[in-house]
Amino acid sequence: MKRRDFLKSTAVFVAGASVSVSALDFITPKELFAANPQLKWGFLVDTHKCVGCGFCVKACKTENDIPFEANVTRTWVERYVIKKDGDVVMDSPKGAREGFTTKLLDQNHSGMTLVPENEIAQAFFVPKLCNHCTTPACVQVCPVGATYQTADGAVLVDRTWCIGCGYCIMGCPYGVRFFHPVEHVADKCTFCYHRIKKGDNAACAQACPYGARQIGNLKDPNDPVAQALMNQRVGVLRDEYGTKPNVYYIGLNKEVR
Amino acid sequence: MKNHVWRPLFVVIAIVIGILLFRAFYVPSDFGTHDQGYTFGYHRLSNEQEWKDYPAKYKGNDYCNECHDDKIEEVESAHHATIPCENCHGAAFDHPDDPEKLIIDRSRELCIRCHAKLTMPSSDRNDIPGIDPAQHNKGEECSECHNPHNPSLEDM
Repeated sequence: MKRRDFLKSTAVFVAGASVSVSALDFITPKELFAANPQLKWGFLVDTHKCVGCGFCVKACKTENDIPFEANVTRTWVERYVIKKDGDVVMDSPKGAREGFTTKLLDQNHSGMTLVPENEIAQAFFVPKLCNHCTTPACVQVCPVGATYQTADGAVLVDRTWCIGCGYCIMGCPYGVRFFHPVEHVADKCTFCYHRIKKGDNAACAQACPYGARQIGNLKDPNDPVAQALMNQRVGVLRDEYGTKPNVYYIGLNKEVR
Repeated sequence: MKNHVWRPLFVVIAIVIGILLFRAFYVPSDFGTHDQGYTFGYHRLSNEQEWKDYPAKYKGNDYCNECHDDKIEEVESAHHATIPCENCHGAAFDHPDDPEKLIIDRSRELCIRCHAKLTMPSSDRNDIPGIDPAQHNKGEECSECHNPHNPSLEDM
């Protein structure tokens, strides 16, 4: 290769490379944040306050037309029993749509087990729902643009656009998505978008007699949820997945998956 | 150029034009990336409005209070004041127009959601007075003895 050709091709390569790199970062997270600084929905769960009544599950199913008898639900409650020897026994019978009414733990095909009272070190309930992640894995895998994140941080599904391929159901690390038995599309918690956008409370949070569930605006420093995040020790589920969840838990144990 | 080059090229151009035409008609005009960028924001914008228009079924205690303020007052001083009306009385929907009457859930199963005694040492469930549903007046409706609006055992 002649020196002239070498310099020429080097110049072309450098110019080309710099153009494509600058084309890649045309949207930065900071720009997105600045574009919509006033509203971001967040959810706070206090696991100490949850008594496992399951009224949240019932309210969610009624509010969002999820058939009560179908074995799918947008929100559910898990019971964790940690034994003194360190063993963890967990159950969530039918998503706790009828609450927890027995000491027996439903272990699916291995039947019901009873943990004797004197062996229990800790026992508590953990309500679960969609985390409305800041970087949602389920949205990234949607091949048709049917599921998306709104500017205020809610992750929704476009029912007319969803083709029902199920990628998002597989992609969610929290298992909150399911196939809607009537609509025949992927379905998930919407943070009760129709309620919160009118200034109402989410159906599950409204139904909770103990205030274990709260929804709020994380960008308003006077909001009770934002206050709790600033002043209390809160955790998120499966931080290691990098999805940046927006559902925060007070009193989260390492045993909770 | 020769015929055998032009002919398949025309076919390809026709297919591309066909796809573009189909896309122009089929994809809604508000379909795009919008605020959140390519990775998370690619969607049909009008769907946000469709979700906002979803009908609410639960109306909240304030709605009940518009007519049934006497009942709200009755329950307000009792332990059960924290339980929203609609948890037992059912979602209001468009009551009193549709449905005219709400069906009250008086079942044992509803009460034992909270009042079945469980051993939950790290949860507030432990502090709720509880019974063993298999032993305590089996088969009876709780409301035959206990007043749900004033569950105090002293006032029974």
